[in-house]
Amino acid sequence: MLKLKAFILIGCSAGMILQGCTKLVPRAPDSGEVIAEPIEGLNNAQMAAHLVGDERFAHVYSPEEGLGPVFIQTSCEGCHVGDGKGHFSSVVERFGMWENGVFNYLDSLGGPQLQGKAVLNYLAESIPDAGTVVSRRVPPIITGLGFLSAVHDTTLLNLAAKQTAQGNGVSGRVNYVMPQSAFILESHHVDSSGYYIGRFGKKATKATVKEQIVFALKEDMGITSDFDMFDPFNIEVGYNTGDDVPDPELAGNQVNDLVFYLRTLKAPTRRMEDDENVMAGEELFKQVGCAECHISTLKTGYSEIEALSEKEFHPYTDLLIHYMPLLGDGYPEGSASGDEWRTAPLWGLGLAADSQGGIAYYLHDGRATTINQVVNLHLGGEADNAASSYKALTDAEKDQVIAFLNSL
Amino acid sequence: MNLKKSLSFLTSAFLLVTAINVNAQSDTDAKKDTSRLELVNQDAIYNRPFIKMDKLRTAVGGYMEANTNYFAEDGVSEGFSMELRRFNIFLYSTIHERIKFLSELEFEHGTEEIALETALLDIEINSAFIFRAGILLPQIGLVNANHDSPKWDFVDRPLSSTTLIPSTLSEVGFGFHGKLYPSAVVVSYDAYVTNGLQASIVNNSEGRTFVPGGKNEEMFGEDNNGVPMFNAKVSVANRKVGEYGISYYGGAYNTFRVEGEVVDATRNVHIVAFDWTFKIKKIGIKGEYVMVKVDVPEELLDLYGTTQHGGFIEINQQVFDKKIMDFEHAKLLLNVRGEIIDYNVGDFSTPSNTLSTVDIDKGDNIASIMAGVSLRLTSDAVLKFNYRFQKTTDLFRNPAANLGGFQFGIATYF
Repeated sequence: MLKLKAFILIGCSAGMILQGCTKLVPRAPDSGEVIAEPIEGLNNAQMAAHLVGDERFAHVYSPEEGLGPVFIQTSCEGCHVGDGKGHFSSVVERFGMWENGVFNYLDSLGGPQLQGKAVLNYLAESIPDAGTVVSRRVPPIITGLGFLSAVHDTTLLNLAAKQTAQGNGVSGRVNYVMPQSAFILESHHVDSSGYYIGRFGKKATKATVKEQIVFALKEDMGITSDFDMFDPFNIEVGYNTGDDVPDPELAGNQVNDLVFYLRTLKAPTRRMEDDENVMAGEELFKQVGCAECHISTLKTGYSEIEALSEKEFHPYTDLLIHYMPLLGDGYPEGSASGDEWRTAPLWGLGLAADSQGGIAYYLHDGRATTINQVVNLHLGGEADNAASSYKALTDAEKDQVIAFLNSL
Repeated sequence: MNLKKSLSFLTSAFLLVTAINVNAQSDTDAKKDTSRLELVNQDAIYNRPFIKMDKLRTAVGGYMEANTNYFAEDGVSEGFSMELRRFNIFLYSTIHERIKFLSELEFEHGTEEIALETALLDIEINSAFIFRAGILLPQIGLVNANHDSPKWDFVDRPLSSTTLIPSTLSEVGFGFHGKLYPSAVVVSYDAYVTNGLQASIVNNSEGRTFVPGGKNEEMFGEDNNGVPMFNAKVSVANRKVGEYGISYYGGAYNTFRVEGEVVDATRNVHIVAFDWTFKIKKIGIKGEYVMVKVDVPEELLDLYGTTQHGGFIEINQQVFDKKIMDFEHAKLLLNVRGEIIDYNVGDFSTPSNTLSTVDIDKGDNIASIMAGVSLRLTSDAVLKFNYRFQKTTDLFRNPAANLGGFQFGIATYF
């Protein structure tokens, strides 16, 4: 009888423990604190595809899988930690030179991007002497790309036209770029003599998410794909050396897994929207003119993913390139000059420090660690009026603007 | 039942009836050792139960372990799952009074991984000098040569033993081991040369310096650089104060020479471990501290650390030792284990272009605490239940990921 009681007690205890399992394990952080989540409204098959892409995004490549021979990072996640903005140690450097008024990306010398790491038994690349122009970029936040990619080109053209017509010094323009091998024409693209509007990258040089991914796979990790079959190399070793893994190292469908994952990452969630300082800061943000370029609301056109189709969203960007002379580095891309930069989406700004090691490194190259430093670097160009107006605010008002930005 | 099956059944029954359960160590130098030899880590591979078949000189044994997992990291759980973690078969043979053979065949996760983990020959000159050759377990840290799950009270092995020391590390090599008996202590030593770990200590699928990444099936066939690695351990044991060991494993890991031509600088890995096992009344305390130094190419330093360290301490408190049902000496233990690992010791170099001065420590570390109970129905069979809470900080020191969960496991020799 005693044994029976003991067994019943043990059984009940085990049952209670199993029942309590879900309560005794760590809980998820608030959704607003996390950006690595899928958009709402995906069906089961889309969710499954999203998770396949998620796994590939986190996959760490080894030399046996095609990493390198020169590279910057070993996984997508390595640069875009938690899908957020990257750490300064993951900065990429692009190089080239001006030659008779034409920019040379020095492809034959290992350009356009430096791969400063190498697999064992190979040499890391260094910038060649001819690479006199260098552009440094911190990896960007990558959430909400599906929304940005589904905005119709005419929306961007209309925004550019509207800004120019206002005549207040803000005159963004689209960056027309040559489509690359991964480009697929979609209904929201407008052809301009074989060129298309770029919207991804610091200077809006990629028209589609897929082109950006293929470029990053190659230039950041040395992973070839169906869309680009050539590994980066170190010219000091020789052309096409050091990687014996058969190409492509990533098949087209595997690249598509990544594309789907990035397209279906949610837009960062606003936090503390009802806070008085945040609301006051939002008004000041508009008043001083920041919202001229950092437009709060855009709308997608048609997308085959219903959750992305005809949706309003809040990226705080116009996806246009603007003249920003204090940020200029002389490195042109597409039709964007060395002094022109795409308006950075501000969504997720308040979470930047959570993916950058506790300190937010702002701007394209991470040089600024405070919003005030950022604003100072907006002076002198199209954002001069807005930056000057911000500087004229009281400290308390500036704090409200910063509170608003941190709520994004 | 057909004739073949009948004969097979009868043969098995006969063997079982004539079998004698022995410990492999009992037929050799255990007789000479007046101290508590079971304390000595060196003897762990022989301190196992075997079924000795009468008339045959080969004994058979093994162990199995299975467990359940329920974990969640930051609220995300894969749910409940079960795994047959290991099924290992030992073969032990006394070829001569002074020549012993031991092998261990491991089936991990069913038949997902099958490996010949041990196949070694010991030739005893005397108890202080025994020649060993074959596939052996380097004596590094507490766990590598003493890893049988039935001997441990938590489901998972310690992190320092699996991610700093690549337990179970088995290698082709040879060397010597033995025991000396000055005064009231037993001093045991091991010294081996092996083919050694290979280049994937860096540039591996972990994205960090990861010594277990250097394990490779090719290391059983040939060395990747023609320079063997060296392993040595010295332990001092006494029945009153326990056993304390210091061990080293290291050498060149990369392929710096191919067909006689130099193709890279020579890069070394060095692992030093301190381990301890002692008892205070009915409280057992054991642990290890491990330091790893790895030569990493200069340009890879941001990603791949040159220095790692960490360890664990485990406390096992016996609650009772009494008869439960037919088990004469069933023991219930309360167990706690704390672990800390830093996979990348150092700072990031300050970026040249920032407007503010920053000096950032690298992260990439783990802190873990486990608590549980284990019920040892016999000395060879154990039921385990434990909870783990673990904080993992990434390389950049972003907010830590919190993992927690439960495991229930069984492990038994057979």
